Amino acid sequence: MAEKYSIKIGGSAGQGIKSAGLMLSKIATRSGLNIYTYTEYPSLIRGGHNVMQILISPEEVLAPSIKTDLLIALNKETIDLHLNELHDQAIILCDGEVFQGEKVISAPLSKLANEAGGGELLINTVALGATVGLLGGDLEILKNLITESFSVKPEIVEVNKVAAKSGYDFIVQNHADKITQTLKKAENIAPKMIINGNDGMALGAIAGGLQFASIYPMTPITGLLHNLALYQEQFGYIYKQPEDEISAINMAIGASVAGARALTATSGGGFCLMTEGLGLAGITETPVVVILGMRAGPSTGMPTWSENGDLQFALHAGHGDFPKIVLSAGDSREAFDLVKDALNLADKYQTPVILLVDKNICENDQSFHPLEISSQIDRGKLSLETIPDYQRYALSDDGISKRSVPGKGNFFIVNSDEHDEIGFSSEEIENRNSQMKKRMSKLQTCAKNDMPHPQIFGPQKADLTIVSNGSTKGAILESLKKFPNVNFLYLTWLNPFPADAVRNILAESKYILDIENNFLGQLADLIREKTGIEIMDKILKYDGRPIFPEEIEDKIRSIVIASDPPAGGERGNLNTEIASSPSTIAQGSRNDGGQI
Amino acid sequence: MKLEDLTTKCKSTWCPGCGNFGLWGAFKNAAVSQNWDNTNTCLVAGIGCHGHILNFTKITSVEGLHGRAIPVATGIKLANNKLNVFVFTGDGDCLAEGGNHFIHACRRNHNLTIIVHNNALFSLTTGQTCPTTPLGEKTKSTPSGNLDYPIHPVTLAIASGATFVARAFASDLPKLQEIIIAANAHDGLSVVDVLQPCPTLNKDYTNQFFRENCYQLGPDHDVKNKVQAFAKSLEWGLKQIPLGILYQEEKPSYESAIIQIKEKPLIESSTNRNMEELFKKYV
Repeated sequence: MAEKYSIKIGGSAGQGIKSAGLMLSKIATRSGLNIYTYTEYPSLIRGGHNVMQILISPEEVLAPSIKTDLLIALNKETIDLHLNELHDQAIILCDGEVFQGEKVISAPLSKLANEAGGGELLINTVALGATVGLLGGDLEILKNLITESFSVKPEIVEVNKVAAKSGYDFIVQNHADKITQTLKKAENIAPKMIINGNDGMALGAIAGGLQFASIYPMTPITGLLHNLALYQEQFGYIYKQPEDEISAINMAIGASVAGARALTATSGGGFCLMTEGLGLAGITETPVVVILGMRAGPSTGMPTWSENGDLQFALHAGHGDFPKIVLSAGDSREAFDLVKDALNLADKYQTPVILLVDKNICENDQSFHPLEISSQIDRGKLSLETIPDYQRYALSDDGISKRSVPGKGNFFIVNSDEHDEIGFSSEEIENRNSQMKKRMSKLQTCAKNDMPHPQIFGPQKADLTIVSNGSTKGAILESLKKFPNVNFLYLTWLNPFPADAVRNILAESKYILDIENNFLGQLADLIREKTGIEIMDKILKYDGRPIFPEEIEDKIRSIVIASDPPAGGERGNLNTEIASSPSTIAQGSRNDGGQI
Repeated sequence: MKLEDLTTKCKSTWCPGCGNFGLWGAFKNAAVSQNWDNTNTCLVAGIGCHGHILNFTKITSVEGLHGRAIPVATGIKLANNKLNVFVFTGDGDCLAEGGNHFIHACRRNHNLTIIVHNNALFSLTTGQTCPTTPLGEKTKSTPSGNLDYPIHPVTLAIASGATFVARAFASDLPKLQEIIIAANAHDGLSVVDVLQPCPTLNKDYTNQFFRENCYQLGPDHDVKNKVQAFAKSLEWGLKQIPLGILYQEEKPSYESAIIQIKEKPLIESSTNRNMEELFKKYV
């Protein structure tokens, strides 16, 4: 397994940390490597500390990492905040005026930036050039990227190129002995896309036939609305910024009633405001997709940090019983796919579909083989014809009625009151029961026809089964590489829930470890509710930071140590150790007592 | 099209003498005269006594949530700008819980016709104060008298940027019909404030009160003069309630500025998209 090389670039907000990090990522992918990025920033526009981690590897990278190999510090604060993350061999690239020390490779970033003719604004470009030099990369790729990035401002292309070259040359001339091959260009380079979840979801929505989106800005889905706003004229859909999230979901519902494929997106606070609209979509059987980008709550909480804390809220959002499909994505490529699925499912089942993502998915970049362009659009039982004796809410075995739209000559009422088959308000007992059953039966139809079997990564049977959903996926998959007898039950469907499959898989496993980015263990609660299995071992992290592979590996090893006498075998070899003495595992998540 | 074509199986549930009858009648007369039907029109209502109008009017409709009729109607209009979209909303519905939506819809000048059923009370919930209730009024939620100053829908509409603002009286069917037609013909956001009695719960604003105290704006009123219109909108008192078009302005509607729907409505747009060039940006 190839080692990942971890770079952190830090500075104050406004120093272009993110754009430099993204450019470095593209240099890596255009050299035939893979990347993953993770950005930390406060809820400010200027000032405050920004840091971006870029992981580079010849193999796929799936998660951020605790360790740092190279710290690129554009200010002193970056060194103060991250020095303790550096291991013995790690190095710091910074301006000698800013900091001096044993790990430091000093380059006069500020002086070179000024000489290039762009002043302090070019420090990030000088640092990029120096980094490319230091890591044995190709300066031409960086120059091409500069040309592409500043195509609308050609006058600054040249100074940026000069700045990049001066940083590069300085390293080659002064630190030749420190140069590595980390960014060395491969022989054969397959093209890769770099996307974060906000890119993935926007592209998925466009590919999935989106016609209308109304989204009020809120971290972490703001990037999604920026993307959708930017491409609307090119692809012919409408993005509208509404006055609040209540309006956002009601506009989307209105557009959908009229026949447009519609979605909205928000974070927890905005989703609170949308719950009333969810019920409206539920009882009126109106397709609508709601993307819920979770961040650390409650209330304003920690707006620019991640959490998977709205899982139970999403499942229970809205008053009364109505069918609601709740999906969860684990990375940006999956978010691309699930947005397309969500749009189809909403149309097919004429009900709201919630897609859960979080800040880490929305904003972390990852390199992938190019996305699939072809896309199947399924509008379900939508009809644009005039239908004799039309009934919008006609009873049917699968719970789904033929859906018409206004203006097609069919009379019906899309009614938030309980209604009869045409849509007239009705509080009759028989009608209430039949309409309620009809709506709720859509979930069974959906589970039967569309819900996939949950994915298992690793061996089909293992001594330890990790169970999780969402952005922990990448870190768990990274950890799995080190433990051949651990597998991972990964969930993307939360409602309807694949209860039988989950029960069967967990029943086969001796020990279960639940991993979640929230305080309560909300997924474990869902699993207990649906399967009767209570999971005892958990990693619950709610500090806003991602769960790192290192933390999962430590937890797996701690279970191993607890299961083995102190003089026992090699750490990390769970296969042998659990197999040798399973009954002695402390805090054992044995599920045999939990089969209710 | 005949009046009977608009009849549904549902019998009216409004109290005898309710102002909603007049409004309903005037709207149906307008619909018959203009051929508003299931091929070209969509009605949207909020929650309140007014919302029941949808059950009695055979034109495709949406009964939304309390206060939220306007954003639903906005979504419908953006998705299919060929439709005539009418919003029926109560004074409490659109000024209390829906106040934010009302302001922003006016500001954006969507091509919607908003008809405000204004009885100065929350009536479906049996008579509490609402944003149009007069100061000092005793209601079930203000037994010692209302402490909130009222606001007129027309004042808020003009201040918020609506481009057609009118007021009518529910029991004057011909005038109301005329104004509803003019409001719908206007390209942009139109608000028609319809004063209506609630004989069950509002003993002050009776049919007789409105008959005695309303007057029609004459030719001396310049509908293009926003300052004059605003001043008129604030006028309220004995013999001092102006009716008619208070304000009208020619201004491009929101929908007319969207290139995506210049040629055909959004719902007819192609979703078969070639994304190759866009994907390249991410390589």
